[in-house]
This record gives sequence, C-alpha cells and structure tokens, in this order.
Amino acid sequence: MLEIKNLHVKLEEEDKVILRGVDLSIGAGEVHAIMGPNGSGKSTLSYVLAGRDGYTVTDGSASLEGAELLEMEPEERAAAGLFLAFQYPVEIPGVGNMTFLRTAVNAQRKARGEAELTAGDFLKVVREKARALKIDAEMLKRPVNVGFSGGEKKRNEILQMAMLEPRMCILDETDSGLDVDAMKLVADGVNALRGAGRSFLVITHYQRLLDHIKPDVVHIMAAGRIIRSGGPELALEVEMNGYADILGEVG
Amino acid sequence: MALPQAKDDALTARLSALALPESAGWLGAARSEARARLLAMGLPVRRDEYWRYTDPSSLVAPAAPVAVRFNPGDEPEAFDAIDRLKIVFVDGVFDADASDDLTLSGVEIERLDRAGQADIHWAQGTYGVLEARGQTPVARPFAALNSAYATDGILIRVTGRAARPVALVYVHSSETSDAILHHCVKLEAGSNLTLLESGPAAARFNKVLEVEVGDGAEFHHIRVQGRDHERRAATHLFARVGAGASFRSFTLTANGRLTRNEAVIELAGPAARAHLAGAAVGDGDFHHDDTVFVTHSAPNCESRQVFKKVLMNGATGVFQGKILVRPGAQKTDGYQISQSLLLDEDSQFLAKPELEIYADDVKCSHGSTSGAIDETALFYLQSRGLPRTVAQGLLVLAFLAEAIEEVADEAIADDIRSRLEGWLARHAAKAGK
Repeated sequence: MLEIKNLHVKLEEEDKVILRGVDLSIGAGEVHAIMGPNGSGKSTLSYVLAGRDGYTVTDGSASLEGAELLEMEPEERAAAGLFLAFQYPVEIPGVGNMTFLRTAVNAQRKARGEAELTAGDFLKVVREKARALKIDAEMLKRPVNVGFSGGEKKRNEILQMAMLEPRMCILDETDSGLDVDAMKLVADGVNALRGAGRSFLVITHYQRLLDHIKPDVVHIMAAGRIIRSGGPELALEVEMNGYADILGEVG
Repeated sequence: MALPQAKDDALTARLSALALPESAGWLGAARSEARARLLAMGLPVRRDEYWRYTDPSSLVAPAAPVAVRFNPGDEPEAFDAIDRLKIVFVDGVFDADASDDLTLSGVEIERLDRAGQADIHWAQGTYGVLEARGQTPVARPFAALNSAYATDGILIRVTGRAARPVALVYVHSSETSDAILHHCVKLEAGSNLTLLESGPAAARFNKVLEVEVGDGAEFHHIRVQGRDHERRAATHLFARVGAGASFRSFTLTANGRLTRNEAVIELAGPAARAHLAGAAVGDGDFHHDDTVFVTHSAPNCESRQVFKKVLMNGATGVFQGKILVRPGAQKTDGYQISQSLLLDEDSQFLAKPELEIYADDVKCSHGSTSGAIDETALFYLQSRGLPRTVAQGLLVLAFLAEAIEEVADEAIADDIRSRLEGWLARHAAKAGK
C-alpha cells in the first residue's frame, strides 16, 4: 500500500533536517503505529506524505499503491486514496461543514472519474455516518470546526475519513486532547473502517490509543529515523520504560 | 474665495465639454444652484485629502477615456430570475423600448426631464437637496456636477408596498460614452421598495441616487456594477432615513478600472437603521474605492458598514469610512468593518476608518484588516481532495459572506453568490499558483 524509502526531508526555510532516511512499508489492510518522543519527526512525516508546503525532500521516495506520491498536489494524493487526520484540525469560518464535506466527496469522485453524489444521496450517507460518531445535525451545519471542542474536532476528522473512504489513513496524534470516552468513540470510528484492504498509520505518543486501535506493527521513531520495529509488545515496552531505554540501546 | 489654479483649470476644461441641459421651473433652479456649488468647490485633484488614495484625473478629464465593451459571454444578466420592473438606460439614455411599462402598484415612476416640466413636483424637496446637505463637512464635487448636468434619470415615489422590485439596468454600448444620471427615490411613511441596479452603464459613469426614507419605511438597494474591465465610475448615494425606518444597500463590484462609490447617509429620526455593505473582487488593473459617511443625528439609531474586497494581480482597494455621532444621538449603535483579502503581494488595500463622536452614551466599533489567504486552511481543504482553485474559491466566498449577508432577499443573495462563483472560477486559473 504505502512504500517509503530512504526519505530525507528538511524544512524549506530553516535548512533544518527533520527526516534522515525513513524506511517504511505498510501492506494492504495493515495497521502500523509510529511512536516516538517530541521532535522525532512523526508529524513531519505525515505532513510530507499529505503534501504540505514548507518541506523539501532531499532524498528518497514515497509511493501509494505504486503511484509516486511526492510528485502530486495534495488534492491528487487525496484522490489517490490518502487521508491525513490532522493533529490540529483547522477552523474555517464561513464554510459550512456540510458544504465542505459534499464538495470534498464530489471533488474526489470527479477526480477518479466517478459520478457526483446527488444532494439527497449525500445527505443520507452523511447522516448515517455522523450518527455513529455522535455528531449531531447542528455540528454539520456549523462552519468547519469553528467552536468545536477538541473531541468534536477529532470526531469530525473521522467523519471526513468515513465519507471519503480513503485507502491509506494517517492519524496524526488523534488521541491528543481527548478524554477516555472521546478516545473510545474515535477509536470505534476508526475500527469500523478497518478491513477491505484499508491501511492505517497511527502516530501517537502514548500506548493507550493502541489499546483501542490494535496495531499489527509498531515503529519507534527518533531523530528522523525509524530505529526499531516490532509487534504490539513494543508499545507496551515504551509505556513501561519510556523512550530512554530504547534510545540508549540504539544510540 | 478663489479656487487654486489647478482646480479652476480642471473645472473650466471639464465644463467646456458639457452643456447645461435646458430645464425651466424647479429643475432649472436646482441645476443652477448645483452649478453654483460646483463652481465654488472646483473639481478634485490628487492632493485633496479626500482623494488621497484615488486619482481623480480620469474622472475630471473633459472626455471619457475609451473603454472597450466587455462581452459577458453566456453569463446571465444580473437579477435575471427575479420578477422585476426593468428600466433600461443605454449609455445613460433611457431606452423606452427595452424598458417595461413604468406602472407599478404602490409606486409612481417618472423620467427626470418630464417631471422637470411640472410647476410643482415632490422631487423639488429631494433633487439636489440631499446632495447639497451631503456637501458638508466634505465636498463631493462630482455629485454637484451631476445635479447640475445630469442628462437623464428616474424619479420614484413609493406610497405603499411596491408590488415588485424596480430594476435600473445600465447598458454600456459606446466605447467613449460619458453618462450622467441622477435618480431620486422618496419613500412615504410606512412604504417599502427594493431597488436593483446593474450593468456597467458607460465608458465613464457619474451617478447620483438620492433616497428619502420616510418614517417606518423600508428601502432595500442591491447593486451589481457590471464586469466591464475598462469602465470608470463615480457614484454617490445620499440617503436620509426617518424615524423607525430601515435603509439597506449592498454593492457587488467585479472589475472596472476605476470605481469610486460614495455613500452619505444620515440617520435623521429616532430608531432609524442603515446597513451598508459592499463586496468587491478585482484582478489586475482594478481600483475600487468605497467612501462612506454615516451621520447619527437622532437617538437609538443603528448603523452597520461591512466592506470586503478580494484583490489580485496588482488590484487596489480603498476604504474611507466615517461614523459621525452628533450631540444628542444617544444610544447610537455603530459598527464598521473593512477588510481585504490580498491574493498576492502586488495588490494593496488602503483604509482610513474614522469615528467622531459628540454623545456620551454610544456604542461604536470599527475594524480594518488586510490579509493573505489562510494557507493552513487551504492545505486542509486540499488534503480533503479539493483542487487548490476550488478551495481558494470557498475561502474567498467565506471571506465575503458577512457582506453578502446584508442582502435580505435569499433569491437575490443567491444571484450575487453565483455571480461571484462564476467570477472566481474564471479568475481561478490566474489566481492559482
């Protein structure tokens, strides 16, 4: 599904190197988690994959189902099946959540050569999916993320994911700012989307999210590289001993 | 007091190209008085404080600079879907064949020259009168010139609830047309009218609209200034709003080499309300100036000014807005916001918001901002699959939304939005990097 090879990235303006050779291969239907201390490059990896400005790829490649990602515009990556659930979902005053969702769904369908959803069909689908995430009609009407609580914003991200049905989902610290109940709700939303060959990359500081979204593979990232990979037990090890041991071991 | 030489020269040159229309009776007198006002003030030059941000020279020039007509293609005419009474002017001349029959329940409509022949006429109390009041504290020479030299216009008296909107349609036909139109609207107490204006009008257009809103009356004004790239326009809107009356005006400007829209509004009776809004989108050789002066003369009045501009490829936006609260106008609620969205670094926005308050129990707020498109929001939308141009269009419409909200009629608001969407789609290729 997602193949990242020897990815080197620096900040465009500061000449600061963030990723120093990331290798990652995620198969269809697999769930991978990346853990790591602050500043290890986890979020940068997610932004670079989604196509945010401000980063320069100095070496390496990333492909999605064989297609070279790094050459594409962000919207082309989305149409190709990539989705990034933001750590900080953006508030957009003046743009209705529903208008936004429908424009997004139809833009992707159009890019893929599929027929656009009619207003009626769209409404039916969005209501059903919103209900499962406990997103009420009022939230759908409001401007995108404006005045949403932290939990509402994250649920809104998962709703977008459910509507867009991406092949490869990246969740960037989706658990940050969530209480236990909200985290459970978001995790249930994510788990409902598992299967059908859909892959996930879950970026998190803490093991607790991985209690709810069970990964197949856990990677530890530090100083712009993946320094260790293993099964779910690796997350537990981090939880017990912190990153220091692992970092020390490698260093 | 003698005028500075530059002003005097400009005035002489301009007037040499004009003939005072022959009017007897009240209209003739009104024209002479306006001409005397004009001679006393002269025409503006760049050094005038009130014209600091907008070069008046092409408006002052004896002849209208050539403006090639713009072909709008298959874009529907403004307000096409709205049931309205159409009054058409071609290059500033009334076109009876293209216009509807001027009869409308609750409304009297008359051409200016015909009304001018009457011995006495209601418009005596309006024509040039609101304009003259609006000349202090700041001179508005183009408006005085208009009252003196207007070649055509429409007088509308509203006695009840107008059966449907009256639409003034301005067709631009000649590349050198220089149109001067003067309209008056008088809403009697408790009456109601929606007035629509659309079209580029002429190569150069000077228009005055005077509106007297009687006690408890409601006036809605929605204007779309046409997409001609090369046209120039100086327009003035003078209004006096009576007790408990409501005045609302919204203007959409897309393109135009030079547009100066002045609005001079007086809240004259207690609990009067005036909302002024404008949305302007400009690409390239575009200069748009909103100059607004709202006077609160009575207590418990509310005024709102919401002006938004989207500028790209070196376009310029200007806002000069003032709220004057006179002594005794207690419980005034004044709000003013002017904002621009600059889509590149070549475009500029110049704003001069002012408050002058002589009452002690008032609430007035004003704000002016100028900013670029929110790149974070743009990326967020793109990451959901929206092409950059579509995402930018959504953000631009969101930016303009507060101004468009001032259009109360949903069908008309939809017309405005779809016009903007069309404009944005056409200019997207240029705007997208």
